[in-house]
Amino acid sequence: MFKTTLDAMQRTGGLVRTNLLWIVFALTIFAGSAYAVEVTPVASTMPWWGWPLALFITCFFLGIVAVPSGVGGGVLFVPIVGGFFPFHLDFVRGAGLLVALASALAAGPSLLRGGLANLRLALPMAVLASASSIAGAMLGLAIPASVVQIALGCTILGIVVLMSLAKKSEFPEVAQPDSLSQALAIHGVFHDASQRRDINWQVHRTPMGLGLFVGIGFLAGMFGMGAGWANVPVLNLLMGAPLKVSAGTSSFILTLVDSSAAWIYLNKGAVLAIIAVPSVIGMMLGANIGAKLLNVLKASVVRKMVISLLLFAGIRALLKGLGIWM
Amino acid sequence: MANLIVSEEQLRYATLLKWGANLGLAALVVMFFAYVMGIMTPHVPVDQLPQLWNLPVHEYLEKTGSPKGWDWLALLARGDYASLAGIAWLSTCSVFCLLSIIPIYLKRKDNVFVLICIVALAVQVLAASGLLGGGHH
Repeated sequence: MFKTTLDAMQRTGGLVRTNLLWIVFALTIFAGSAYAVEVTPVASTMPWWGWPLALFITCFFLGIVAVPSGVGGGVLFVPIVGGFFPFHLDFVRGAGLLVALASALAAGPSLLRGGLANLRLALPMAVLASASSIAGAMLGLAIPASVVQIALGCTILGIVVLMSLAKKSEFPEVAQPDSLSQALAIHGVFHDASQRRDINWQVHRTPMGLGLFVGIGFLAGMFGMGAGWANVPVLNLLMGAPLKVSAGTSSFILTLVDSSAAWIYLNKGAVLAIIAVPSVIGMMLGANIGAKLLNVLKASVVRKMVISLLLFAGIRALLKGLGIWM
Repeated sequence: MANLIVSEEQLRYATLLKWGANLGLAALVVMFFAYVMGIMTPHVPVDQLPQLWNLPVHEYLEKTGSPKGWDWLALLARGDYASLAGIAWLSTCSVFCLLSIIPIYLKRKDNVFVLICIVALAVQVLAASGLLGGGHH
């Protein structure tokens, strides 16, 4: 289905078809609520510092694999920590947003300076995604955690399929920019060091991209995940931005989207420093090591490992929400 | 990743974002260590957390008498809430970046992007305001 959706995005650009993902997601929430089992995680007997330390170590390793696999740490954090740590999902999602936000903030300045993140491309998308992330965060904190677990499990399994099937296009061909992107002057030039040449780029299908970013922001807010896994395919495959510009701009968009969603979690009291801070520090230290190991580790092998990890975490979240595997 | 053409507003945004992010991350680390080392007394004792962090947020707030919305500012002298100051700063620093580029767009008479920045600011301020469900006890 995801492959079909992506193909449809590339070929015809039918808005209804590309929104199929969000329709399935909405149905999952409604169907999930019928089977959800609300169980509070068991209180831990470990000393208070044991779990934060375990969290720091886990995030350190997640950070190492996140960079070479090309996924953000946030998408790994929520299902894995939500599935295997004793923290309530409310606090895990609050911390997940901060992990994604801190990583995006750390990378943002150099991406902007290097021309790999483009402000004119990012801002219109970020405005819509930020607004919908607020709605997602509010809904996520209002419905039972077990329903969120089921929806999270389905979404993670969807990401696994997307990551397995999605193609990438280094330099997509955009014959004619659409009228909206022309009006907003969304285009640019960047220097590709690997090819030693300047790349002029422009985008098309901007209205559909904007529509999809509404859905992406909603998911980011609801699950506390960064949304690079969805941003990059939309910017690259749908709108035709070069892959490197898509990845850089996606990271920059997260600085705005995750900020607004993080405020909802903060104001609701769903951010605990004891969970959020070790996660942020561990993930950032790990990502630093991961970036240095880029030339040593085989990216395709790490990517397969991460897909397997996500598959396992997605099944775990689904079964936990259904009360089958507590 | 050498750059060719990077706009003035993009460079200004990057500079402010870098300072903002570094400041927030430094504050986060310093305050957190003051919290876990016991230099700053927490509102919720750390040894009680394993019995509390598995609860839904509304139950956690009820049992610990913890605040919602902006009321946490009154507890800034407590270690756990002092750590939140770094987090709040990280969530806020984009606002200053957006504010800083509006004059550039105004000067260029790029009214559409002035409007986009204002809407982006409004969304961030609305989220931070606590009006959307944060509120008070």
